[in-house]
Amino acid sequence: MREQLALLPGYLTAHLQLALAALLLGALISVPLGVLVSRRRGLQGPVLGLAGLIQTVPGLALLAVMVPLLALFGLPSIGFLPAFIGLLLYSLLPMLRNTVTGLAGVDAACIEAARGVGMTPRQQLLRVELPLAFPVIIAGIRTATVWTVGTTTLSTPVGATSLGNYIFSGLQTRNLTAVLVGCVACALLALALDGLVALVGWGFSRRRPALLVLALGALGLLIGYTGYTAVRDSAGPVNGSGVAPVRIGTKTFTEQYILGEILAGQIRRVTGRSVQVVPSLGSTVAFDALRTGGIDLYVEYSGTVWATLMKRTGPAPARADVSAAVTHYLRDEHGIAVAGALGFENAYALAMRRERAEALGVRRISDLAPVAPRLAMGGDYEFFDRAEWQSLRTAYGLSFRERRSMDPSLMYQAVGQGTVDVISAFSTDGRIAALDLVVLEDDRGAIPPYDALVLAGASLQERDRAVIAAVAALAGRIDGDAMRRMNRAVDEEGRSPAAVAEKFLDAPKL
Amino acid sequence: MAALGMMIEVRGLTKTFGHVTAVRGVSFSVPAGELLVLVGGSGSGKTTTLKMINRLVEPTAGTVLINRTDAATIPGHVLRRRIGYVFQKVGLFPHLTVAANIAVPLRLSGAANGNIRERVGTVLELMELPAAFGDRYPAELSGGEQQRVGVARALAAEPRVMLLDEPFGALDPLTRDRLQQSFLGVRRRLGLTGVFVTHDMLEALLLADRIAVLKEGALVQVGTPAELLRAPADEYVERLLETPRRQRQALDALFDGSRSAPAS
Repeated sequence: MREQLALLPGYLTAHLQLALAALLLGALISVPLGVLVSRRRGLQGPVLGLAGLIQTVPGLALLAVMVPLLALFGLPSIGFLPAFIGLLLYSLLPMLRNTVTGLAGVDAACIEAARGVGMTPRQQLLRVELPLAFPVIIAGIRTATVWTVGTTTLSTPVGATSLGNYIFSGLQTRNLTAVLVGCVACALLALALDGLVALVGWGFSRRRPALLVLALGALGLLIGYTGYTAVRDSAGPVNGSGVAPVRIGTKTFTEQYILGEILAGQIRRVTGRSVQVVPSLGSTVAFDALRTGGIDLYVEYSGTVWATLMKRTGPAPARADVSAAVTHYLRDEHGIAVAGALGFENAYALAMRRERAEALGVRRISDLAPVAPRLAMGGDYEFFDRAEWQSLRTAYGLSFRERRSMDPSLMYQAVGQGTVDVISAFSTDGRIAALDLVVLEDDRGAIPPYDALVLAGASLQERDRAVIAAVAALAGRIDGDAMRRMNRAVDEEGRSPAAVAEKFLDAPKL
Repeated sequence: MAALGMMIEVRGLTKTFGHVTAVRGVSFSVPAGELLVLVGGSGSGKTTTLKMINRLVEPTAGTVLINRTDAATIPGHVLRRRIGYVFQKVGLFPHLTVAANIAVPLRLSGAANGNIRERVGTVLELMELPAAFGDRYPAELSGGEQQRVGVARALAAEPRVMLLDEPFGALDPLTRDRLQQSFLGVRRRLGLTGVFVTHDMLEALLLADRIAVLKEGALVQVGTPAELLRAPADEYVERLLETPRRQRQALDALFDGSRSAPAS
């Protein structure tokens, strides 16, 4: 708990920076836009329709789609910007709609009176219509506040720190304390901001200037402080050396968190450079980020590049050949270098509970095909969309009674409890041994090999060869057993990825 | 010379909404200090005519001259600041106190704070409202009190012309009578020129210096109450006068009866 709370100031500040910036600019856009469309009825349908359409896009997808979109325009595609733009778009609708509704609800007699006493259209708006619509507009801002503070947790997968860091990494590393701290902090923040905005509304409509000043003052201080931290964070590099830190991305599972910390530790120890870990990136977000320079390094698996990026299906060649083909492809197509192969494979594999597999007489995937129509299969979020699944289906004619996508950490629980019969496991996962699962043999070679490769982006290659040399020294240092042990230390024994990484780096080299 | 004192002159005023002609070629003049009452049934165009005088409704054709100046040459909001307007639906601003409501026209014309406070006190007194009402909100007042504030607001910027759109129509008879009397008193004291719209011929007869009768957007007759009663121009005017006449007869009968009753 203490370890988690130590992270809170950083996460909370970053969360506030994102949420407040999005809400503030969102309000500055949507209230005037609301006024405009209530003046020009022709615009009302299209504008509200568009805002509504944005709202129907799931939050995570909206944020994730910003990454390739920003990259397309050559802008920083991971971190603050994509999260900020996604959240900004997300915050518009409630404020926009309430502004329009609030203005439409103003008594026509009041508007005529405003004209009748000689107000200009601008005076009518500022002195009569907006004050009368204010409670409804405030209600819209409150809705947007709660939504935005909650949705900000989804900034983590696009590389922006937020309270979502607790939730994403906590779920993956089975650290419920972290998940809990993240959720509670987020809920309290939402309630606090909502309360402050509500206070502004009450102070205004109940004509309590003191309350109004107090609430506005508190909001102003919060915005000021958050703005100050944002400027401070972006101004000077952490170590004061004037060199940008080396940014290491990780995907959203335990092994990636550990490897991220190992890379970070290795670089710090060998080169003394400052390093920043950008955790919990979506799978394609991580690759896009590397390609566009948002991050400098991350660990990818040869089979993933082979199947997902090179779109190869059918039986794959041997492990070394796939790695060689992938290395060429990355260098030629994307200017990305493979700094080294860590020495282990983390393959997609189909796994079952041992007793269930034995009862059904399933040892190889080809044994599974005849019984599959009676079984339920669980896969991680991307599995059923991946080329590997297509290959498996074509090679073995697999067709399950039911397919369920779920969070990887819950997937193991589900197969352990018998909710599903087969899962798409990762071969290095510590839980395979812990839950006494068997990995089914891929007797037709449908799944390619998955060598763990450290990828280095083009900008790092030009900027700092020493860093690449430092991580290259890790090549071949981690075998499958070592990786499984480390995964297990986090997943089953409750150690932190950083601690496990430290222990690995402290161990004498063989 | 007569033209010098003439405050409002309306010439050939016409308003069409799409294919519907609401007002057709209405002309009249209101000399300084006189109250003209526009009477007619619903849809007769009386309110539209009134609103064209301060350009709340822009005329399709015709001219409005105020003190011999063409109203069309003055920006709408500037014109409206010089003319007091009392609304049928009162139209007080619910988020402002009574004092702030009355102060609106003063603030719009850029009066100083000290003058505003003094002027608000004056018009509250003029409309027989207690000074303490200034701090209240419109929702805390009765309908009659609200309309007194409405009239006070229209008087605040000391306009020389007042327009009133069925201002007392929604009030109970007692309140209405008292407000009519207050208004008559104030108008005479300030020498205001006014146009007053009502559908109630009795109200018109009691308040008007002259009455203009409208029917289907056109002017039927203009004259003093006495002239109308003596020589109604047509059946329509006759019919409008019928109700007050019948009420008078009924009242006379009642008064006669009550006078003779103790004797029998």
